[in-house]
Amino acid sequence: MCTTIVEKTGITGSAKGARGWFSLREALVSYDHPFHVQLEHAVNIDFVNHDAGLDARVGVELTIDSARELAQALLAAVEAAEAYEGRAE
Amino acid sequence: MYTTDQYEGMAAETIAVPGDGGDYIYAYYARPTGAGPFPSVLLFHHMPGWDEWYKEATRKFAHHGYAALTPNLYHRAGHGTPEDVAAKVRGDGGVPDDQVVGDARGCIDFLRAQPTSNGKVGLWGTCSGGRHAYLVACRLGNADAVVDLWGGNVVVENESDLTPQRPVAPVEYTKDLNCPLLGLFGEEDRSPSPQQVAVHEEELKKHGKDYEFHMYAGAGHGFFYHDRPAAYRAEQAVDGWQKVFDFFGRHLGRQA
Repeated sequence: MCTTIVEKTGITGSAKGARGWFSLREALVSYDHPFHVQLEHAVNIDFVNHDAGLDARVGVELTIDSARELAQALLAAVEAAEAYEGRAE
Repeated sequence: MYTTDQYEGMAAETIAVPGDGGDYIYAYYARPTGAGPFPSVLLFHHMPGWDEWYKEATRKFAHHGYAALTPNLYHRAGHGTPEDVAAKVRGDGGVPDDQVVGDARGCIDFLRAQPTSNGKVGLWGTCSGGRHAYLVACRLGNADAVVDLWGGNVVVENESDLTPQRPVAPVEYTKDLNCPLLGLFGEEDRSPSPQQVAVHEEELKKHGKDYEFHMYAGAGHGFFYHDRPAAYRAEQAVDGWQKVFDFFGRHLGRQA
């Protein structure tokens, strides 16, 4: 690898990739060479379930700015979801 | 020099070679047909994996008269598309240096054992493969020439960048280098940066090593990669390939 920037987190959910829907186990977030986007380095997110095979993967390659915007959108949605669930109780 | 009256032939295929710990790993082996003797080149693929670009590069060396071998350094991660395999390795923080050195040992022995070998083996790699080529040249000490194309993390500035997979910066092994080195780099690269290349060069000078470094203006990381339009620099790549073949021609006994 050309950087050492990797974060891993266990996740629960599903993703739809080349093989169809599969259950997720992990999200791998790296800042390293991407495969497709024309950048030297990108924020790469791989949603995977390696127990189900290496093709159980959905890959996303983002610019740093896009990754930050995505993270903020995720947090905003999660905060709203938690508030919604709180109201639902 | 090639002339149109010469016979040309090439065999290229996937084989299995003994790697680190006796594990058999797949390798792409392209070599000229004929009795030889041929010099050999061991290629170390880049971070995106054992992919089409590297298979093309392997055949390019064979076209130029070398028995060329590119092992799949990600073999143990399992099989799938090169991208899916490389994504797993990327998430794992890369392959261990010790394992790469062990894989290289098996490949070099394989290449020298061929009846068509002239006994000479060069090492060549780009990106993380450039780093691996340099690391292996220093640690095994049995290569006849090594080419490092923009290998990142040969020089490590922050100790936090040393990992269980890569516990020692390859520059620390420079004193053990015992073959000529060619390095090609881009002025706009950040891994390695021109400053890191300068640190590496100082270490080579300090130990009196035989090396040639070329720093290309207007180029960044991966300027040979014609399949990466944002990185590819045609003029620098053409010159760089010429430098590679000139270098290996001088040091591996390839008849011009």
